[in-house]
Amino acid sequence: MKHRVLPGLSLSLGITLFYVCLIVVLPLGALIFKAASLGSEDYWRIVSSGRAVASYRVTVLAALAATAFNLVFGMALAWVLVRYEFPGRRLLDAIVDLPFALPTAVAGIALTALFAPNGWFGSLLGEIGITVAYTQIGIMVAMAFTSLPFIVRTVQPVLEDLDPALEEAAQSLGGSDRAIFRKVILPLLTPALLAGVSLSFARCLGEFGAIIFIAGNQPMETEITALLIFIRLEEYDYQAAAAIASVLLIAAFLMLAVTNFLQARALRYTVRVA
Amino acid sequence: MKRLLLIGVALATLLAGPASAQSPDKLLNASYDVARELFVQVNAAFTAGHPGVTIDQSHAGTSKQARAIVEGLEADVVTFNQVTDIDFLVKNGFVSEDWQSDFPNASSPFYSLPSFLVRAGNPKGIKDWGDLVRDDVKVIFPNPKTSGNARYTYLAATAYAREAFANDEAKVKEFVTRLFDNVPVFDTGGRAATTTFVERGIGDVLITFESETTGIRKEFGEDKFESIVPSVSLLAEFPVAIVDKVVDKRGSRELAKNYLDFLYTPEGQKILAENGNRVNDPAVAAGFKDRFPEVRLVKVEDVFGGWPTVQKEHFASGALLDQIYGER
Repeated sequence: MKHRVLPGLSLSLGITLFYVCLIVVLPLGALIFKAASLGSEDYWRIVSSGRAVASYRVTVLAALAATAFNLVFGMALAWVLVRYEFPGRRLLDAIVDLPFALPTAVAGIALTALFAPNGWFGSLLGEIGITVAYTQIGIMVAMAFTSLPFIVRTVQPVLEDLDPALEEAAQSLGGSDRAIFRKVILPLLTPALLAGVSLSFARCLGEFGAIIFIAGNQPMETEITALLIFIRLEEYDYQAAAAIASVLLIAAFLMLAVTNFLQARALRYTVRVA
Repeated sequence: MKRLLLIGVALATLLAGPASAQSPDKLLNASYDVARELFVQVNAAFTAGHPGVTIDQSHAGTSKQARAIVEGLEADVVTFNQVTDIDFLVKNGFVSEDWQSDFPNASSPFYSLPSFLVRAGNPKGIKDWGDLVRDDVKVIFPNPKTSGNARYTYLAATAYAREAFANDEAKVKEFVTRLFDNVPVFDTGGRAATTTFVERGIGDVLITFESETTGIRKEFGEDKFESIVPSVSLLAEFPVAIVDKVVDKRGSRELAKNYLDFLYTPEGQKILAENGNRVNDPAVAAGFKDRFPEVRLVKVEDVFGGWPTVQKEHFASGALLDQIYGER
């Protein structure tokens, strides 16, 4: 039998399950329980009210835009970090994690200061007629900032492990740069990209601290779902808060499930190709 | 598995800790967002007379504080800016029902009112509530849904409009809707709104407690901003209460009572007044007469029929405030 460094299955699985129950399942269960104490009619009325729906729209659209931005920019960043050697590369590599380490409220305040009409970026953008702070663009900027590391960090290791022989082979067979990227590199990166995208999107849905400072928080226009949950709590309306929160939870869960499914398919594809 | 469970239970008991072991020479005062500086001074003065005593402070929106206490924050006393939030504690059995008779003035050691702060020279010529609905004026105040401060602003504007339009509800609603249309950003708390107005340079007028406008001028320069006190405003009482459930558990009732009593002493009232709050002690109030311009104050009880009614008719989900948001 293979030697195992950590203690046996029953103990390690026990610890793991205990931990997962305590930290993940229990709080989420309490949330669902709270929401379930509403009748289905009340539940539906709360989660489909005009203001709630407007907040989903604002949140999801901004999250999609931020994730799309991160997909392009994050991949480019990972590419640069892996494929090139340049002064300051390690520093750049470390900076990527900053949005993770930074309290999001600090990020929100810093971004707002930058993008406010009298801030550095804000005053420049204002001259060409773009307002970022207190609009939906501001929400997108905050989301993009806090979720950027997800894409970079999921793509980076895969890029590092990519066998250069594959690209060389494609090149020697006369493939153009574009064709090599599209037909050789991209399929291999797809599972990592999908994982990064789903994590990034889920994080955008739940982000609160960074956004409320820059969003403007106008009901129906720039009010994110997380703030609406917060507002329902301020009204001592726990059930409504739980109901709206359950919508976010379900959305995040579906998102992760779909990407897991897509990832599994993509992996099967790459295994077959390899 | 069994052993593991035991270890887990043991750990949990350890973490929960013996709460009663704390000595009652410490108090936690849970207070509202913009009262930080005020209570730093109050606490320093109080502890000077009570050596060995420490007062810890906790500040956030009062509704959030009330919720935190119900969920386990062990605050011995609360110094809030809204009666509704103490009523929430009453409803959950944390504060006795007759708390308003525990201390003078219905347990409000000081009061304030929603007041205006404009930029130096008052470039938009803002004098009163009526100016705030003009098309060229941008108004900053926080979200009434998350801030007691802003709830007073909303009610004060409504009270003004009711007088101006002789209780024509349709016109009142239109006035308040136009006021809300002029707000470019709803921050979640009073301090965040201050930052938006003062540091980001957004808006022509900030509406917040008079005490905060005084504080801003002290902090950022008297020549940068002007205080404007409107013709009529709403009496904003700042209620205090002992959290019975916590003091009984910790044995800190006497200290808590001393602490809140201190707010009513001439020394306490003087600190409150120095920080821009209006006080009831006649001798102290006389000394600060020139700092607090005359203003006609209306009471929630007189105009809106008391806090429970206000809550139901204005702030509950789907009530008037939501309708005004919806009409934007």
